Amino acid sequence: MPTRTGRYTLILNSCPSVVGFAAVASKKEAEGPLARCFDIVNEDCTFGESTWEKAESRMQQVVVGKALEKAQLSSTDLDYVFAGDLLNQCTGSAYGLRDLGVPFLGVYGACSTMAESLMLASLFVETGCASRAAAVTSSHFCSAEKQYRYPLEYGGLRPPSSQWTVTGAGAAIVGQSDAAPYIRAVTAGRIEDLGIKDANNMGAAMAPAAASTIKQFLEDTQTQPSDYDLILTGDLGQIGSDILYDLLRRENIEIAKNHSDCGLLIFDREKQDVHAGGSGCGCSASVLCSYILSRIRDGELKNVLFIATGALLSPTSVQQGQSIPGIAHLVHISNTK
Amino acid sequence: MSLTPNEYEQLNKKYSPSSKTWKNCAMAFLVGGLICTLGQAIMNISSSLGLSVDESGAAVSISLIFIAALLTGLNVFDNIAKVGGAGALVPITGFSNSIVAPALEFKSEGYVLGLGAKMFVIAGPVLVYGITVSVVYGIILYLFHIV
Repeated sequence: MPTRTGRYTLILNSCPSVVGFAAVASKKEAEGPLARCFDIVNEDCTFGESTWEKAESRMQQVVVGKALEKAQLSSTDLDYVFAGDLLNQCTGSAYGLRDLGVPFLGVYGACSTMAESLMLASLFVETGCASRAAAVTSSHFCSAEKQYRYPLEYGGLRPPSSQWTVTGAGAAIVGQSDAAPYIRAVTAGRIEDLGIKDANNMGAAMAPAAASTIKQFLEDTQTQPSDYDLILTGDLGQIGSDILYDLLRRENIEIAKNHSDCGLLIFDREKQDVHAGGSGCGCSASVLCSYILSRIRDGELKNVLFIATGALLSPTSVQQGQSIPGIAHLVHISNTK
Repeated sequence: MSLTPNEYEQLNKKYSPSSKTWKNCAMAFLVGGLICTLGQAIMNISSSLGLSVDESGAAVSISLIFIAALLTGLNVFDNIAKVGGAGALVPITGFSNSIVAPALEFKSEGYVLGLGAKMFVIAGPVLVYGITVSVVYGIILYLFHIV
């Protein structure tokens, strides 16, 4: 059973393991620095489908299948699946996983969904509610642009603070095993809103939530940033990362040395014209479920804090002039139990 | 976090890069100028073929709208606009792009509720307020002439 430590952190005493993981990406992601890390790359971002929404669902279906295959499991071995995406009513997940035949719990945490679903899957395994549970998350550049911004072919300009939604998906299957990576602890974040209204500056909107969750975890566990090889945020991009360092320095916490951001890892900002970096819940999902988890499994990374960050806005809330609430959930993943 | 929204906005400004205004203006001037030059060329050709000034003006509008719509459909216009910015969007080419782009995007939701309904999602406000202002302008002009 998990033990609550400090105020909001749950220590997972049985240390559930990620027994299988996989990532799917598309052409632009495959032109980036992590090209070789993805399990499946589809050069055509339609994934063989007739609409962007169907393409996103296809990604979820494919990524779960690949993660199961790598873990040498079938869908009947799963007790629950936690899945989410950015589309209205989370149809990317619901339609993608409707044929999986596994009890489905849809989650929405905007771009924090990978950490949220992984946290819930791990807790279900830790408490014995499930022997194996999957966490699945996706985003698609084209379906996200269509829903949140402008039609793809519209010639509107992107400001320097904007980020590029990743077309990608990640799936992690959590179970009890004696093989790394292990989930050691989780911290659910509080909603933080410091009044950012610019939907083209998500990094700034989410940075306070990331700072709050990281600070909470370090306080709860009485640890220092130097105790971790990598503090990995989801999609703060360059601006959000810079603000995060500044916010934490005000609390006497220095993370710049061992911090990285999935949105900065997945693209080459200079060459790929992505402005402040990658974003979307598929960003942290595809980076975690490829490059990061394999490095933890292989012992190159010992202790990683994965903090996926989300901007809980909708096009309607932005048009009504409301500020953007941010959220960040933390999962401590380790190479040792 | 213990910051007020105002303090945070200052922090945000410190780390957020601003747009490259001078470069953007120069590119808008060049691309917008090129589009207008193309329009003038069509005007001259039309006139030389015997069309009146009004008819040549209509030929310019029709041609530029068609070219922009075609380039939008061929996935080219957004790349021109990325370089040219307002230079590509402010002329009638931008108006064409703003109608064709959503028509393409929302076709997947059907010809009526998708393409037909969403076609004016960007250009609609321009039409509403453009026509409204032209009515107000007409009334002012009418009153001015009466006075």
